[in-house]
Formats: sequence, structure tokens, C-alpha cells
Amino acid sequence: MQELKLPVYLDNSATTPMDPRVLEAMLPYFTDHFGNAASRNHPFGWEAEEGVDYAREQIAQLINANPKEIIFTSGATEAINLAIKGVADMYAKQGNHIITVKTEHKAVLDTCKNLQKKGIEVTYLEVQPDGLINLEELEKAFTPQTILVSVMFANNEIGVLQPIEEIARITHKHGALFMTDATQAVGKVPVDVQKMGIDLMSFTGHKMYGPKGVGALYVRRKNPRVKVTAQMDGGGHERGMRSGTLNVPGIVGFGKAAELCRLEMAADAERLSKLRDKLEQSLLKLEESYVNGNTQHRLPHISNISFKFVEGEGLMMGFNKNIGVSSGSACTSASLEPSYVLVALGLDDELAHSSIRFSLGRFNTEAQIDYTIEQVSNAVNRMRELSPLWEMFKEGIDLKTIQWAEH
Amino acid sequence: MAYSDKVLDHYNNPRNVGTLDKSKKTVGTGLVGAPECGDVMRLQIEVDDETGLITDAKFKTFGCGSAIASSSLATEWLKGKSIDQALTIDNMDIVEELNLPPVKIHCSVLAEDAIKAAINDYRIKNGMEAIQFEESIVH
Repeated sequence: MQELKLPVYLDNSATTPMDPRVLEAMLPYFTDHFGNAASRNHPFGWEAEEGVDYAREQIAQLINANPKEIIFTSGATEAINLAIKGVADMYAKQGNHIITVKTEHKAVLDTCKNLQKKGIEVTYLEVQPDGLINLEELEKAFTPQTILVSVMFANNEIGVLQPIEEIARITHKHGALFMTDATQAVGKVPVDVQKMGIDLMSFTGHKMYGPKGVGALYVRRKNPRVKVTAQMDGGGHERGMRSGTLNVPGIVGFGKAAELCRLEMAADAERLSKLRDKLEQSLLKLEESYVNGNTQHRLPHISNISFKFVEGEGLMMGFNKNIGVSSGSACTSASLEPSYVLVALGLDDELAHSSIRFSLGRFNTEAQIDYTIEQVSNAVNRMRELSPLWEMFKEGIDLKTIQWAEH
Repeated sequence: MAYSDKVLDHYNNPRNVGTLDKSKKTVGTGLVGAPECGDVMRLQIEVDDETGLITDAKFKTFGCGSAIASSSLATEWLKGKSIDQALTIDNMDIVEELNLPPVKIHCSVLAEDAIKAAINDYRIKNGMEAIQFEESIVH
């Protein structure tokens, strides 16, 4: 019998713990090999550059890219900004229209909103109730002005995987570039920029057991050669696309994390999907609980479940001393609005408020999943005893018929 | 954001959870909030005909920990009070008692609204006019 290690971390889509092997690889680059990777004339610089080169190769290999196509950034948010704003600037003469999706991460949505103020037209595609986009809708959204399509690889809240290869094919047919935010996917599921026809792709170290503060933008160099306008002026690092002294220890850690993911991803995914399914199937035994999003085309380690008639934050409070998860409830955000992703699926706000996202990771054990099943089930039952809505439901009252005082 | 000890205490040991018979003339029921907004409170009071005192109070709440704690605390405070005394319970008293942070003040407002709604329900049932309260400012 495995020993149960508490607390249980099931919020790996927010960030992953760093693998100890990554830390080990990084440490010498804080002290012994502290050089600036851009110093070309002494061993201090060479050592740092070697570390960066090796990391770049590992990262490129993970996504089947050429190392020269990897542009290091401070994280996925910066990579997304660089990709979308950089394309809008660089290809301004070709057009001014971008297509993206309502369920994208805020880094994409807010970048697009910013560009709208500068005269760029943006189409925000709806998603179907399972979270996937409708390819016919995508087809219809193109105009002669379309220069870029940005669709996330995997959704951060529900884990659904968009049909990337087909989206890329449609995009190229219309002569536009295809960008994907693959922050949640790289290192978790196979990502192949060649096979899938990806032109630009953002991802980050800290979602794949690497350090925070380092990410990358993949920028295709051939068929077609893609260029983005730098968004920050300086020394012209990273082929002129991203100035700033390289974060050598961070990059080395990111590289090590990529290497480990390449070697262990298949085994991790198989193990985690089994644990995830066990968790999900057990929690679905609770009455009136529902999985949000498509369950076929989905990351192996995420499950987003709504427990009807129970509010997410109130529910989490029942076990959050020992289990870390996140919720689509408004109470967890400053805005008091429930998750826009769940609302975009067509979920009632009420169900969005009742959702919990469980995201598993490399270091979770079966004993932790068993513990979570027990704790969450108990908390749901307890909160339902407290819930006036549950009582009404049990009495057969249709909540939709009640005149609620919206406040 | 960490919860205060008092919120945790009410959450872990909620007082007066339950349901009173709303068909009784002596019971006033207040149902406030909306499921779409993520919080619904149902607060009930039972009033002694002769003394005019609140002899029992019960609640059920769909909402976050602070909403549960606010309504639990409200039922505690209501017991033994007259209707007039009950009307003096201010949401800021709840905020202070539970150390609610600014983003959770709406939970206390909802609890105050629930008290007023329960009192009005009781008044109407007993042939009195509903009291017109100022519109509370929430969210």
C-alpha cells in the first residue's frame, strides 16, 4: 500500500512542481557557469552558450522543430504577445484581420483586444457545447484581409484538444498563418509542428515541470519563412526577434524539462489518464454531476466537473487545506463573473459556478487520487445538505420557474 | 486569500442549518440572491405570537464560505431578538465580526437582505404592510 502524501496538488494546469532533475541541471548555471551567452570571446560565455544550445536542441526535438526556430521569452504570455502583435506589424501590408476563439487564454484575447484599438479586425469564433470549434464556421470567417488564425492547442480549463492539423490546413488554404498557444499541451501530448502545419507556437517551462519565467515561441523558418516584428528594442538577441540577455539557468532548466518530457511523456500520459478516469468516474457517481467539455479529444490529465447545486468556492473550502484544485466559480476571481470558458460552452452561469478543475501531474499517486475521491465526495454531500437549491431540486421544484432577485 | 478563523468556524460548524415549516403563520422566509450570481440564501425566522420575539432561526445557503458564514452568524444573532431589534442588524456588523475582506462584503449584504426579506414575509402573513427598504447596493 502506497503511503498517502499530503497535501495533494491537483492544479497542475496552473503550474507544475519543478522536477528535481531539472533543478539539478540548472544549479551550476547560477554559480560556476554564470556567463552571458552572448559573450563570444571567453570560456564563461562559451559555457553559457553551450548550455543554451543544448536546451534549444532538446526543446526543438520535443516539438519536431529546428533549434533555430526556437525564440526564448519570459513565458507563454510574452510569446503570445510577440506572435500576434509581431505578425500584425510584420504583415500589415497583406491584411488586418485575425481569427481567434472565445475560449482562448486571456493572453490571446487581451492581445487581440489591444490590436482592435489599433485598427485590426478580430473575429472571435464561438465553440460548440463540447468546447471544440466548428470548422465550417472557421471557413466562413476568412476574408481576403485575414493574416493570422490563432487557436489554442488544448484548453486550460477543460483540456479539450482542438483539431489543430485541420485548422492549419484550412488556414493555409486561405493564405494566412497559423499560430497556436500550446502552453497546456507541449510535454503532455505529442506536438509536431511539421506534421501539424504550425507556423507559430507559444509554450512555457513551468507547465512541464520546468522553472517559471522562461518560455518560447516557435517561429517557422521554411515553407513559409515566418517573421515577426520584435516588440522590445535592444541587443537583437534571438535572431532579432527578442532582445534581452538570455535567462541561462531558466533556459537550461526548460531544456532539461523538455528532454524529460520527450522521454517520459507517453508513460506519464498513460498513468495519469488512468488516474484521471478513476477520479472522474468515481465523482460522477454523485448525483447531478457533469463533465464539462469533450471527453474524447482531451488532455490525459484534466477533468472539469460541475457539481450542481453546490458553489465551487464553498465546496473547495471543504478540502482545500489538503487538496489544491481550482474552480470556475466567480468567487475565485476578482471580477465576480464565472468562467468565460464554461459560459462559452453554453453552460448556465449556475453550472459554471459549480465547477471544479482537477489537473493531475507527474508526482500524483493513486493513494492521493483515492483520498481526493473520498474528500470531494464528502464535501459535495455536506454542501448539498446546506444548499437551498438542492432542497428545492429534491422537492421537485424547477429552479428556472423561480423569480430570482438578481443582485 | 486566507479565510478568517471565524469564517472557518462557521463553515466547519454552521449554526442552525435547516428548514422551518414555511406554511406556518409564525414563520417568515427570506430567499435572496440568484443561482447565476453564485449565491442564494434562504433564511427563516419563527416568531412567538405573544412575546413578539424570534424563537428560532434557520438557514440554507448556496455560496462561498463567506456567504455560508454570514448567514450562519445571522441566524445566531436573530434568536431571542424582537423584530425591531432584528432590523437593526447591519451588514457591516457581520463584516466586522467575521473579518470579511472587501470582495466578500456582498455576502454580508445578502445576509442583511435575507433578514429583511424574512421579516417582511412574516409581516405580510400576519396582515402587516411590508417595510420598504432602501435598495441595497451589491456587486
